[in-house]
Amino acid sequence: MRWIWIDKFIEFNSGSNAVAIKNVTMAEEHLHDNFPGFPIMPECLMIESMAQTAGILVGHARDFKEKVILAKISKAVFFNFVRPGDTLKIHAKIESIAPEAASTTGKITCGDEIIAEIDLMFSHIDQNLAGKQFPQENFVFTDLFAVVLRASGIEAPAWGVSK
Amino acid sequence: MAMTRDEIFKEVQGVLVDALGVDDDEVTPDATLMGDLGAESIDFLDIVFRMEKAFGIKIPREELFPAESLVSNKEFISNGKLTHQGIEELRKRMPHTDFTEFVDDPAVSKIGDLFTVDALVNFVEGKINA
Repeated sequence: MRWIWIDKFIEFNSGSNAVAIKNVTMAEEHLHDNFPGFPIMPECLMIESMAQTAGILVGHARDFKEKVILAKISKAVFFNFVRPGDTLKIHAKIESIAPEAASTTGKITCGDEIIAEIDLMFSHIDQNLAGKQFPQENFVFTDLFAVVLRASGIEAPAWGVSK
Repeated sequence: MAMTRDEIFKEVQGVLVDALGVDDDEVTPDATLMGDLGAESIDFLDIVFRMEKAFGIKIPREELFPAESLVSNKEFISNGKLTHQGIEELRKRMPHTDFTEFVDDPAVSKIGDLFTVDALVNFVEGKINA
């Protein structure tokens, strides 16, 4: 299994907002353990799907020059279960972006129903206040993300980082 | 638009309740952001973002929380404490802050205590009622 919790972007307005789709399927191993006989998508993975949607949006706003790391879950509220066969829409919006960080708000919907509201903060870790150094390669944006972007008709650089 | 100090406090209180997940009665004027309200470094940026929106102002990070750039300067720090020069520099950069208690023991580790709710209110008051 690959660490990618969105399948495709259906809207992408750089520096502003994006909508991604995630199709939940019975083929996902973890659903058989969460929970046996009652498969539902774990809430933490919904947060991850938002982090990937919003994180790519934040990365794109700076041409993927920054290493964008999830730094804070400001809000995560869940209103219903997500089951195999559901198609989720993950809506993310940049609220603020600065040299050091960005904040996003978002919701996850299934049909007309709101499943979750998730607000996040991302750090541009090379701009960290402590002056810590990180490896030069951008280990955040892997080729897997580039594949998703290109499959959605969005240009993506060749990062050459495969994970 | 001019705001009264009480209106600014209420707005700052709302920002801190949202950013730090604290109760509004914990957000008293003399509460410290780190010690009393549990703010961590990323929360400071969250607070800056939320205050910019709440008050419609632009806040360069160094203006509100200038201490980071100061503690890396050797002239200003000696044996884990701010030198006289260091204190004067910090005073200049943080005119919205009350230094009365800090000067008795100007340890670098206590700089965090300077960031009180009142200091935020003073900062905003200076910005919007200037």
